[in-house]
Parts: sequence; structure tokens; C-alpha cells
Amino acid sequence: MSTLSDSPLFPSGGAHVKAVTDEFHGDLLEVSMGPHHPSTHGVFRMVVTLDGERIVKLKPVLGYLHRNHEKIGEATSYLGSMPYTDRLDYLNAMTNNWAYAIAVEKLGGLAVPERAEYIRIILAELSRLQNHVCLAGFLLQDTGASGTPLMYAFRERENILGLFESLSGSRMMCNYQRFGGCRVDPSPEWMQQASALVDGFGAFLDEFEELITGNEILMARTQGIGVLKAADAVAAGITGPMLRAAGVAYDIRKVDGYGFYPRFNFRVPLGAHGDTYDRYMIRILEMRESIGILRQALRDAPAGPIMDPKAKLRGFRPKPGEAYGRIEGPKGEIGFYLISDGTPNPYRYRVRPPSFVNLTVLEDLCLGHTIADSVVILGSIDIVLGEVDR
Amino acid sequence: MLGSGLIQGLAVTARNFVGSFHDPKRLTTLEYPEKKTVLPEAFRNFPFLVSENAEDPMGTLRCVACQICEKECPPQCIYIEKSKDKKPDATGKMQIYPAIFLIDSSVCMNCQICVEVCPFDAIKMDHEYEIATQDRFKALLLDREQLAKPNSYFHSIRPEEAAEVDGRLATERKAAEEKAKAAAQAKAAAQAKPAPQAVAKPQPAPGGNPPKTTNPA
Repeated sequence: MSTLSDSPLFPSGGAHVKAVTDEFHGDLLEVSMGPHHPSTHGVFRMVVTLDGERIVKLKPVLGYLHRNHEKIGEATSYLGSMPYTDRLDYLNAMTNNWAYAIAVEKLGGLAVPERAEYIRIILAELSRLQNHVCLAGFLLQDTGASGTPLMYAFRERENILGLFESLSGSRMMCNYQRFGGCRVDPSPEWMQQASALVDGFGAFLDEFEELITGNEILMARTQGIGVLKAADAVAAGITGPMLRAAGVAYDIRKVDGYGFYPRFNFRVPLGAHGDTYDRYMIRILEMRESIGILRQALRDAPAGPIMDPKAKLRGFRPKPGEAYGRIEGPKGEIGFYLISDGTPNPYRYRVRPPSFVNLTVLEDLCLGHTIADSVVILGSIDIVLGEVDR
Repeated sequence: MLGSGLIQGLAVTARNFVGSFHDPKRLTTLEYPEKKTVLPEAFRNFPFLVSENAEDPMGTLRCVACQICEKECPPQCIYIEKSKDKKPDATGKMQIYPAIFLIDSSVCMNCQICVEVCPFDAIKMDHEYEIATQDRFKALLLDREQLAKPNSYFHSIRPEEAAEVDGRLATERKAAEEKAKAAAQAKAAAQAKPAPQAVAKPQPAPGGNPPKTTNPA
């Protein structure tokens, strides 16, 4: 009789806890964590082999949320793929939209008006704020700080999502950017609301840090746990806050200078140890820098058109060619690679997902730590399964 | 001192706890079914079809069954069948209308692309969100009778956008009427003065669909 573990679809079997023996470690215990485990941030599964409470092997099992995103992108028009990008990393629809829009604008040779570039930066930085605030809340939830920091974080996040909703019509599935500009022009009242939120955000960060950053339990749970060395991070292609927590100064906002980022004055915070605590702190510091960028953008945003007059909504057929558009998303480098063959649909549509690439070092970070630490390490990587599995 | 960070954090929690009794900034939840949040005008949730007249919704649908939304819909949740006969549309031109218009709301992802591509302002996004049902199939497949909502409803949920759309349609209608009048005059002149065929033939009524200058959003 064939069992589930014989199936090629489930190479490590279904949910299980079983005893295994290893010639180096002796008797071990193999535990399947997830995909329904609440600490795995969605439908991610880790098959961990334990020696006592220490992890000696960790096998990630992915694909539970696979939705055929890239193949659907080849069958849909360029415009039709835009709402699908919202559903990749569903916390950051605005930055996903932007990266995809950049790729298509490169293909179609569209220029973005000045006001639209400022709006994009405002929305991307707001998106970064709410992503990092979520991450901090969930990470603390994973360490066992049940509820309180997460709810404080979500209170702030809800205000930002309210701004997204009043602008784009939806809290999370914004579908806001268009090729050659943006869909709606934010009203002066919206800009005032955004300014008020940005002005209040620093106080929230101060309160949040007072609540938890100096907490001895948090330090004990995160300092020296899951250390990622700079060389390993570079070799594995890690990007985003996780790479900068390892001490590598690489921020696409500075490296590429896409959009109008070169006009803005901001610093790139770097970590010194590459451990989980650094990965937490780097997000807090990035939020403080984002507040500075937002202040400058809201102050300087000019009036004017928000769409390239050449841009067409329907029947968009770029010339044959290829383009790669990338931005510094809140989780790392999010990129879209498109090949056009002159038809209304892309010939090839490929996503470079930061969550998925950052997840590849999970086993290296977890080895030798306890199973409770693996939950915290996973939380500090900042994954969204919609993007990992696509 | 070991533990001072803990005590500091507990003080923050205590401040928030006390504040939640009197400070509106720390009272962030609503007692949902009794109280509901005020939706922003831009809020979107599932499309509906705009009809001019609440008494005769099927007779006054703005939709002319051009099937652009059906083609552009990313998850392909719209199904349209054209009518065999014609009836006047919002600008007074004789048009076909959708004999069948179905939206599968279990597939629809509220992306608003149908609204953006519609050249007739016939489909708009709704504010309705309490749409849970116990029937998986029939109750979620909405036909044109269920989708049609009068223009007055559109005004009630999106006053700014509806006013802008009405203004645009009124100009189009006026232009169409003037053109029809000019055509009628030309025809009358042609009949009054039976010249050899040189006189301009009466133009057919102008299309109700001049290209829009602004994006629908």
C-alpha cells in the first residue's frame, strides 16, 4: 500500500513526528512544523530534525500557496498583470506595483511625470513603514510577547492602510501604479493627512522602542541568535534589511538611484553583528529614515500631470525586447523581468522575489539553535508566502 | 539595572491601558455590526452596472455590450451576450444592449480594470461589502438584474465621480442632439431645394462614444 511519504509530491511525508537515527548524532527526532503552524507566517513548512532541542537539520517545504503567477502573467495583458502583482507580497502592493511599472516603462519607453515620481516615493515609503511595523510586531509575537506589541504595531499600520484606501480604493490590493504614472492624483487633503501621520509616526516609534527595545527578555532571545555573516549573505544573494543587518552597505535606492531618490537626503543604517536583534533594529532605524524621506517628499511634491500622455491603458504593445525593473522593496530587491515579442502579452514574465531568496539561508541560520529560536529567526527574515510561492 | 527595560515597557502598557478609557487616539476599534466605519469615496468592492432610471433598470442600462471589460478582465469573471435588437442608450443613439451579463463574484478580484476600460461609464465599483452567502455557486454568480443599480445610488456612494460622469455624458448628449439637429436641417434644406445630388446627405446620428480625454480614474 502506498503511503503519503512515498508520493513524489510529499518527499518528506505529511505532518508527522517520528524517530530517526543518524550515524553522527544517534537517535534524533524529526518534527514537521507547519504548514498550519501559526509561527510560520502563512503556509510554510519546516521539517526539523532535532537532537534534544537543538536543530541538526532543517528542510524547508514550499509551494503550498503556489498560484502560477508567472505563467498567468504570460497569458494576461500588461495591464492585467498589475492587479496580480498586488497579491505577491500582499503587505506591499504599492512597491510591487512600482517595480512592475518600472519594468514595463523600460519596455515601452515611457517617461514618468515629476509629480508621479514623488507620489510613488511617498507611497513606497509609507509601504515600507507599514511593512516594518508589521515585521516588528510579528517578530515580537514570535518571541512570545503575545499580543501587546503586535496590536500597537497594527494600530499604526491601520492608519497607513486607511490612507491607501482613501487614495486607491483598497487597503491592501491597491492596484495603484500605471505604466507612465499613477492612477489617481492625491488631493491636498490627502497630502495633509499623510503629513499628519508622518509627523505622529516618530512618537509612535519612540513609544514602541520604549516598550520593547530595551527589554532584557528580547535581548536574551535575539542577540547572538541566527548570525548571518556578510560574506554568506552576499554569496546567497540576500538583499534588503537582512543584508544590511549583516553589515553590507547595499541599498538599491542608493545604488540604482531609481525614481527621484538621488534628490533625497537619507542614510542607510547598517548592522554590526548580523544577528536577529540587528535585523530587528535595522527595521526600526529604516523607519526613522523613511520618515525623513516622507517629510522631504511631502514638502517638495510639485503640482502637475500624473500620467505620461503617451501611455495607453488598453492595447499596449511594446516593441520586442526585454527589460528588468527593480526597486528596493521593504523586504529587499523586488524585480520583474519581462520579454516582449510585440504582442499584448509578455512572452516571458519573471519575478525576482526578495522573500524567497532571503529564505534560502534559513537552515544555515537555524543550525545549532533550539526549535524555539528557529521561529524567531524565521520571523526576522520577513517572508510573505504569497511572494515565496507565487 | 537588569529588568529596568522590562519595567519601562510595562509602564508603556499601563499608559496605553489607562488611555484606552479616555483618549480617542487609543480607542481604535468599532463595535462592528452596530457601528460601521465610514468608507472613503474611493473604496471599491465588486462592480455594478449603472442604469439611468430606477423604475426601469433593464431598459436604461448604460452598458452597450461592447465586451471590452469581458476581454480586459484579468481573472475573466465577466460573461456577456449581445442582444439581437437595439434600443436608445444614454446619449440617445440606438445601441445593442447586454441580453446576458454575468459576473462571477467568487472569481472577481475587485481590481477596477473593467471600470477603467469602460468607454461608456456603464460599470462602476460598489461600496457593498456584506455579501457573504451560504450558496457557493448560484448566489455568487450575479446576473444583470442583480448587478443593475440606478445612477442615484452611484451618486450616493461616489458624489464627486458621479457628478463628473454626469457632466461628461450631458455634454456628449448635447453634442449628439446638435449634430442630429444640424443633420435634420440639412435634410430639410435638401428637400426644400431639390437640387441635383450635390447636397450633403443626412449624417447618421453621431456615436455616443467620442474618445475620452481623461483617464476614467
